[in-house]
Amino acid sequence: MSQLSVDHLLGIKYLTPEDIQLIHKTADQFKEVINRPIKKVPSLRDITIANLFFENSTRTKLSFELAEKRLSADVINFSAAQSSVKKGETLIDTVNNILAMKVDIVVMRHPNPGAGVFLSKHVNARIVNAGDGAHEHPTQALLDSYSIREKLGSLDGKKVVIVGDILHSRVALSNIYCLKKLGAEVMVCGPATLIPRHIQDLGVKVELNLKKALEWCDVANMLRVQNERMDISYFPSVREYVQQYGVTREILDSLDKEIVIMHPGPINRGVEITSEVADSSQAIILNQVENGVAIRMAVLYLIASKIQHNDQ
Amino acid sequence: MSQKLLLNAIEIDIILNRLACQLIENHGDFKNTALIGVQPRGTFLLYRLKKLLVENYQIHNLRTGLLDITFYRDDFRRGEEPLKANSTEIDFVVENMNVVIVDDVLYTGRSIRAALTALQSFGRPKAIELLTLIDRRFSRHLPIQPDYNGRQVDAIGNQKVKVMWKENADEDAVYLLKTNDQ
Repeated sequence: MSQLSVDHLLGIKYLTPEDIQLIHKTADQFKEVINRPIKKVPSLRDITIANLFFENSTRTKLSFELAEKRLSADVINFSAAQSSVKKGETLIDTVNNILAMKVDIVVMRHPNPGAGVFLSKHVNARIVNAGDGAHEHPTQALLDSYSIREKLGSLDGKKVVIVGDILHSRVALSNIYCLKKLGAEVMVCGPATLIPRHIQDLGVKVELNLKKALEWCDVANMLRVQNERMDISYFPSVREYVQQYGVTREILDSLDKEIVIMHPGPINRGVEITSEVADSSQAIILNQVENGVAIRMAVLYLIASKIQHNDQ
Repeated sequence: MSQKLLLNAIEIDIILNRLACQLIENHGDFKNTALIGVQPRGTFLLYRLKKLLVENYQIHNLRTGLLDITFYRDDFRRGEEPLKANSTEIDFVVENMNVVIVDDVLYTGRSIRAALTALQSFGRPKAIELLTLIDRRFSRHLPIQPDYNGRQVDAIGNQKVKVMWKENADEDAVYLLKTNDQ
């Protein structure tokens, strides 16, 4: 297979395992490109991409922007904080105004789940979801699974535990879909208040004890505690969360194996993981960041390849 | 579809030896020269030349690399299928080196144009030459010519030159294929 089965990247839910493997294989080639002395290729020189960020983001926005520039696309950026959204303009009007400037691909982050799906049905551009509320963050899951594949050779049969705030996490949901599609076993671990009901229906195990979860897994993906999404208190105190769900050197040393530590960032050092763990050789956090650019280049390349030249 | 044999295994062997000798005439011990095969089909020719240069002509420390041009092609999004990338394997910087680009068939010249651009990502070579096994001389879209050439072939639009190697097709041969007989 040499092309995606979808026209937009709205979520991992809509991708086939072959789509994910194609994105990973294409990212292999882009990883080689971004390690060259000159890191730019001219593939998307006639494509214009709008990055619409209705919610704050630093690393995802930077990563997408770098990926777009390394593919030689023209890039425009939009941030809701300084826009007419504040004046009451609707999402479709905002996007249609931008598309009137002949934009081919929209990369959108939005606080509302399903915003990307909604947009894809109403505007004439390819949509790449850069995170929609607590729903999905597909490129993060693609880069996470790519990083595990790079470290362990494959995903098939590997045991991955996702630790922390599963309830508010779009990273967790996309990761579960992606890892399951690639043949990995998935467990979620965290305070009972932050584990969604019926999550087992997605085919994942649930464990409330961090030590047991770490003993089971090959890879631990530590999620950030999302204080900004918690309108009520889900655990008594940060101190108690750290004691029960923070990964320390001592816990890792107590295991009779070495596991891979991941974190989508930004890290609350001393909360989800200690600095000692974050900076250790077991952690592949910076590899995830590097792979993020290659994965986003692959996604944009494959989505753009479905825009026929004559369509423009 | 009909096919006509253009070169058999013996003729290919003679041509490869001639090309190897021509390279040695211009590049001596290859101290400051690298041979770079264009992916995917230039790689077979590159490896054959490398084997000859090392085993028959005792050229040691020959630097070779493989260049993928997918991301530099000018027909992205113009065909039915998306372009599928191959790997690039160049583990040296080409700055100030003599580079010989190796490809099996020179047709429109667009692949070589892409290869010239792609090569710039690895530095600024001192000089770049082109070596091809087959030159379809009447089909050029761009002003690109080979410096080393195995055989010149006059082929028209509905004809295709197919290069076969033992490594991928169990025989060394070059055929002229006609897609429909007129």
